[in-house]
Formats: sequence, structure tokens, C-alpha cells
Amino acid sequence: MAGKIRLRASLNGDVAEVKALMRHPMETGLRKGKDGNPIPAHHITEVKATVGDRTVMHAFWSGAVSQNPLIGFNVANVKEGDEIIVSYVDNKGETGEGSATIK
Amino acid sequence: MKINMFQRMIAGLMMSASLIAPTYAQDDLDNPAWFMVDDGMALWETPNGPNDVSLEECDLGLGAGVVEGAFAQLPRYFEDTNQVMDIEARILHCMETIQGRDLVDVLAKPYSNAGGPGTEMEALVAYVASESNGMELATPQDHPAEQAAYELGEQLFYFRAGPHDFSCATCHSQSNKRIRLTELANLTNDESGPVFGSWPAYRKTEGVVRTMGWRLQSCSRQQRLTQLQIGSEATTALEVFLAVNGAGAEITAPGYKR
Ligand code: HEC
Repeated sequence: MAGKIRLRASLNGDVAEVKALMRHPMETGLRKGKDGNPIPAHHITEVKATVGDRTVMHAFWSGAVSQNPLIGFNVANVKEGDEIIVSYVDNKGETGEGSATIK
Repeated sequence: MKINMFQRMIAGLMMSASLIAPTYAQDDLDNPAWFMVDDGMALWETPNGPNDVSLEECDLGLGAGVVEGAFAQLPRYFEDTNQVMDIEARILHCMETIQGRDLVDVLAKPYSNAGGPGTEMEALVAYVASESNGMELATPQDHPAEQAAYELGEQLFYFRAGPHDFSCATCHSQSNKRIRLTELANLTNDESGPVFGSWPAYRKTEGVVRTMGWRLQSCSRQQRLTQLQIGSEATTALEVFLAVNGAGAEITAPGYKR
């Protein structure tokens, strides 16, 4: 099941201010559980944002990002009504996606 | 591979820069509690237990099936049980009577460990409370049992006990005071409203949604008292005291906390 991303893109001139909140445990792989065994790493490795066929943001993450991460970024050269899609892939190959109309 | 590592570092740096940008403001979208609200809504509507029915017929005080606005008037007196019940007690009651469930499982672990994932109870409370978001806190004081619950709550709030001889009031009856960096509101007056109205809340230190029942349990532990039980008379009475003191405040649940 794909993970959820809550997303908003508000237009300011021709720049969209985007905020995306992802639901993810972001386990570093360095923590130990109550039984003393390491908790396996489970974290997002890549986040990508696209508008149409344009990749407008591409980030590579490690486990050093908080649980349920929030990312904010600006996208230039967009207009009202454009659709932005944000997606992630994690180290287990699981994916998440969310989309929003820029307004 | 090396380039990849480098790319990661740069991306990481840029990320932290945009996260602390001055335009960053707290709002609904930033609060992971809303994921739990979605979960809670799904759980509310999903058949469960031996009777294989959902909780949709649960009466939270405004009639069977009415969720919107119900949290704003909880805890309240319920005729069918002849008790004042808080949100958690009422949800437990509906699980038992409507779904026919044995509550042992739910009661064994009503609250999750830090780091989650959240429990069914936490999700349901988040959902029900969110359906009163933006409304005014209007905990009723009409029925004698509701008034008695307030009085009991007040007594408990000022009751000093335990190895440190603390009461709730020791830590929560002065305005503009902090413990470390955390501001502690005066819960004996209307400062209690914004506090009560902001639970359940996502705690960023734990990565889970916590309920008021959990908060009181945790404070009774800080007070070195016997643990308050979920949905108990004492928990409910303390909640009535807090909610009534804060009547009229806007409900902002699900909140976001340290
Ligand atoms: C030893 C001091 C202490 C005692 C005694 C204590 N608390 Fe607390 N309480 C705290 C602290 C500290 C916090 C904030 C914790 C945090 O931010 O993690 C808190 C938080 C709370 C909150 C949430 C406040 C908010 O802003 O959201 C409520 C409600 C509360 N306590 C109620 C009670 C009640 C009711 C009792 C008595 C059963 C009690 N507390 C006893 C220290 C105490």
C-alpha cells in the first residue's frame, strides 16, 4: 500500500510555495528495540516533485530525517491550476504519493 | 557512489535550510495527527467484533451516529449507563455494547509506545475530536451527576499525595510559569480551555498522537501516584474540571505538542 503525503501548493506571483508532509517511521537502523536487537533501517531515500513532465525537486535522503517528515520548497514558473505531484521511495522499495492543485 | 553521497549531503543541507525558513508557520497541514484522524475515521466505519458492525451507531451524547460536535460536549452524563463518561469511556462502551467486543485486548494496550504506530483507541479519539475542531468547548453542567463530577475533579486536582506530597495544583495552578522550556498553563481558570481543546495531540517528541487520558495518566506518574485508569471515574472527573474551567475556548484538536 502506498504511503500518504499531505500536500499544499500556494501561489505567490509565479512561485509556488509547496509543503508536503509524509507519513513514514523513518527508522535509522541504528536504534535497538526492547529485546536488544537492532531495529532494521526503514527510511525514505528519494523524494521527487513533478509539475507536468518537469521534475522540479529531487532530494536524496538518509535516515537522519525525522519521523513523519515535512518538507518545504519553492517552485518557480508555475501558474494557478497546475498540478504538482510529490512522491517518495524508501529503502524497502515502498512508495508514497500525493498531489495538489496549485492555487 | 561517491557522487551519490555528495548529492545526498547537499540535498540534506538544502532541506534543513528550507525547513527553518522564516515563512514556516504551524498549521493543519504540518500536523501528522491528521493521518491518525484518517485512520480513526476508517476504523469508525469498519465492522468489528463478534457482532460484525461498525461504531457508526455509537451514541456519543448527541444521538446515535452523530460524531460532529460530540467531543465539544464531553465528558457528559449518559442515561443508558447512569454515568458521566469521557470520550474514551464512551468509545469503550460502544465497542462492548454495539460490537460485542471483549475489552481485554483494547485495555491491555490503549496507548502506543513512543514511535508508534498508534493504537485503535488513539485513532478513534483523534477522529472524534477532529469532528469538533473549530467549535466551542461546551462541556455540560446540567445534570447533578455532571456537577458532582466537577466537584470530584476539583477535589482530586487539589489533593496532595505521594512521596513528594504533590497535587495537580502544585504544578498547574500558576500563570506564566515554565518547567524547563515548557509553559505550564494555570488549569484552575480559563487558561485551561486552550489546553483541554488541543488534546488529543501529536507529540513530536514521541511521534504519536496522545489523548487527554494518556496525558493525565502520565501526569499522575509524574506525581508518583497510582496510575489513573483509562475512562475511570477519577480520569473523567479531572477532565470535567479542566473542560468546564475552560468553557467557551475554541477546540483546536488534534493539536501538536512538544
Ligand atoms: C510534577 C509536576 C506535575 C504534576 C504534579 C502534574 N503535572 Fe500535569 N504536566 C506537567 C508537565 C511538566 C507537563 C508538560 C509536559 C510536556 O510538555 O511534556 C504537564 C502537562 C499537563 C497537561 C497538558 C498541558 C498542555 O499544555 O497541553 C495537563 C492537562 C495536565 N498536565 C494535567 C495534570 C493533572 C490533572 C494533574 C494531576 C493529576 C497533573 N497534571 C499533575 C507537570 C505536572
